[in-house]
Amino acid sequence: MLDTIGVSSLEDLVAHLPAAVRYNDRLPIPDGKSEYEILDYFRKLGETNAGLQASFLGAGVYRHYRPVMVDTIVSRGEFLTSYTPYQAEMAQGTLTAIFEFQSMICQLTGMDVANASMYDASTAVPEAAMMAMRATGRSSVLVARNVHPEYREVLGTYAKFQGMPVQEFAFDAESGQANFDDLATKLTSDTAAVILQSPNFFGIVEDVKQAAALAHEKGALLVVIFSEAVAMGIVAPPRDADIVAGELQSFAIAPSYGGPFAGIIACKEKLIRQIPGRLVGETKDKDGRRAFCLTLATREQHIRREKATSNICTNQALIALMATVFMSVYGKEGLRELATQNLSKAQYLGAKLKHRFSGPFFNEFVADVGAKDVAEMNRALEAKKIIGGLPLGRFYPELKNGVLLCCTEMTRREDMDVVAEVMA
Amino acid sequence: MSEGIKKVRQQPSQNEDLLFEISSPGKAGYQLPPLDVPSVDPRAALGAGNTRDAIDDFPEVSEVDVIRHFTRLSTWNYAIDLGLYPLGSCTMKYNPRINEAAARVEGMAWPHPYQPDSLSQGAMEVMAELERCLNAITGMDAVTLQPAAGAHGEFAGILLIRAYLESKGNPRKKILIPDSAHGTNPATAHMAGYQVENIASNSRGMVDTEILMKAVDDDVAALMVTNPNTLGVFEEHIADVAKILHDKGALLYMDGANMNALVGVSRPGDFGVDVMHLNLHKTFSTPHGGGGPGSGPVAVKKILEPFLPAPRLKRVGDKWEWNYNLPDAVGRVRAFYGNFGVLVRALAYIMAHGGDGLKRATLDAVLNANYLRKRLEKHYQIAYNEPSMHECVFSDDIQKKLGADTGNIAKRLIDYGFHPYTVSFPLIVHGALMIEPTETESKRELDLFADALISIAEEIEENVEFVKQSPHSTRTSKVDEVGAARKPVVRWKR
Repeated sequence: MLDTIGVSSLEDLVAHLPAAVRYNDRLPIPDGKSEYEILDYFRKLGETNAGLQASFLGAGVYRHYRPVMVDTIVSRGEFLTSYTPYQAEMAQGTLTAIFEFQSMICQLTGMDVANASMYDASTAVPEAAMMAMRATGRSSVLVARNVHPEYREVLGTYAKFQGMPVQEFAFDAESGQANFDDLATKLTSDTAAVILQSPNFFGIVEDVKQAAALAHEKGALLVVIFSEAVAMGIVAPPRDADIVAGELQSFAIAPSYGGPFAGIIACKEKLIRQIPGRLVGETKDKDGRRAFCLTLATREQHIRREKATSNICTNQALIALMATVFMSVYGKEGLRELATQNLSKAQYLGAKLKHRFSGPFFNEFVADVGAKDVAEMNRALEAKKIIGGLPLGRFYPELKNGVLLCCTEMTRREDMDVVAEVMA
Repeated sequence: MSEGIKKVRQQPSQNEDLLFEISSPGKAGYQLPPLDVPSVDPRAALGAGNTRDAIDDFPEVSEVDVIRHFTRLSTWNYAIDLGLYPLGSCTMKYNPRINEAAARVEGMAWPHPYQPDSLSQGAMEVMAELERCLNAITGMDAVTLQPAAGAHGEFAGILLIRAYLESKGNPRKKILIPDSAHGTNPATAHMAGYQVENIASNSRGMVDTEILMKAVDDDVAALMVTNPNTLGVFEEHIADVAKILHDKGALLYMDGANMNALVGVSRPGDFGVDVMHLNLHKTFSTPHGGGGPGSGPVAVKKILEPFLPAPRLKRVGDKWEWNYNLPDAVGRVRAFYGNFGVLVRALAYIMAHGGDGLKRATLDAVLNANYLRKRLEKHYQIAYNEPSMHECVFSDDIQKKLGADTGNIAKRLIDYGFHPYTVSFPLIVHGALMIEPTETESKRELDLFADALISIAEEIEENVEFVKQSPHSTRTSKVDEVGAARKPVVRWKR
């Protein structure tokens, strides 16, 4: 090969680089390791992390059973090692699966259009807000204070440079639900979007219909966020929203210390040209057979550059495929039964503890520990190999006695009994 | 089929309807253990108005249905595992499976981001070690692993530049972008609140330092440059470019999409780059997965470190802690700490290669690109006659005169069993064929690919109409993309 090229060594290939920019040292990275050594390294480090031990943490990342089918399918090289399906004739597998994904997300959320994924929910939230800005021609956003705190932080980062003032509205101290009186006083003729999460950060189901009525009365759009997708097996879909942005981590995506996950944005038909990210559409091939391809690319950065709806390029395709397989495996009956199991477990533990809020909750709730020391309680649980709930003081100073506890189908009754005993 | 087609022959493929069309009522593929607590009626617990009935049209299929369905779909895809995937700038290299195994180790796959730091030391160590490696490779001083993909890293990087300039009293107004840049660059600058000004490349396809000197004024915040650029050409005057910017108080941002050409050979930190992102799914071989997930760490010089988003890793005694107390940090760009599972894969890749192996991979990538260039340049017009690094860009000038363009050639390549190169990009080349073979291709596979492109060039001379009607052998013939956009159907309906 060197002869064909007409050079005598590999180094000759980069000899044209100016000497001043060449790196002549050896990279300070240890010599290459074998498979065994690499696996051993990660196994040993992994042992210092809590992995599958009992845990009551939720707060946007949920521990659900991952059907074996999921990794079986996403490990197929044809899915794992393919690129974004720009060449439709060579990528009908990925394109068809994404079309099914989009369809299932629409069925779940009650929306008309869903994109092929966002990085995660936290980044889908500002993208949804920017969609609303473009659609309404307005600039400000109202977000409920019981939306996931880190989603609100990310929203703040994006908003700062969009000329998009973000204001928070309160949650009701008794129910834990969004305070619609506060929302009503803050809605103005410049409000592009009202952002509400349901179930909210405290696990409580919100009244989406009422929020929609309030927002629409003032000409604003309603954006509904979800972080626990399993809830959609039994909780009414947010049909009255204009945009739904959410997190699919619950659909067979391992917690993996916070990522990779898969976010989505779904919306009503009228907003299709404002949606960011990739969309797969149905079409025909030259012989009239059904085929799929990426569509409405004129919204995207590779065509529109600085006028694009977003800069997103790489998304979370393989993770979205995990969610697609998950939804196929559980299906109509399974998702409902799974959601009911989650609800039942949370109700079981919930009945044994004092609650901070009265609103109806799905698989998480805020326990009120009163004067007791939350950190000490969690240490006591840790000694019993149980990771306790999330102390809320970190995000909400007024809830320093509150602990957010989550139960899923993987939570065992005997562990819940221990938690109840330690926390009661 | 043409005698020139050596890599593939036709084989029947399975037909498969959509999941919704193969569903039948009552079928299911799931199992749940029996509930160990009393079952609760959703309507009683949540209120009747808050619950839903069954999800209309949601799939009802068996386990066998599921595996056959997705396996059949998978056979309709091309993949690196099937052969060379020469998408320029996308770096489609082989994805070692050890990386997948490492990410699925229980202690890596199952930690919750909010579990106490004391129970997350291994995960934090992985991140710290990857930060160390990325600093060493780039010659930069500090790294954030938070961004989820390249474009997301660009966004974080431009925010850092803005925060730094604000701390100096003026965030400035404009970002300069060469006309050869990826579309994400201008889209990112716009999202970060900057105006975009395009800079024309010179006759050698590089940043024109004279044009740059005129363009840089007190309103310019930064130049976003890709090096090697999208022509696969190393920006020869990159150090001068950095100096021109720095002299006017502006910064140099580097899009690391083509870092595959530099690892072990040249470090951006040494040639004046202030901020850059890396695409772990390109350079460090985490799988593209049909479009993601990626990971887009951002590396910076010392002056920008105080602005990196919280939280950051901090060593306290012999333990890692997450430090949120960073008063100058730009806001979070993502919840939690980044695409951790992708970080594990990238570190496994770095460990498998070691420092010398990483450099060898770079040289092999440059070797493969130059070999293809040499074999093809008698048949296709090289766009710019400059030394190629990891990719080479041709134009369709010769073939265009005979009536076939880069898009036609790309579709014909599919018949030969190869995924097309990047078509019509960079925009500064008319009818571009942008080819990046990567280091993981053997001479045998490279030759098959070169033979295919040469054979297509001959076909164009003999029967251009046949080439223009390609592909001929795929189970799906040419797809009507215009029709799809005219009346979008983006979900299945009964």
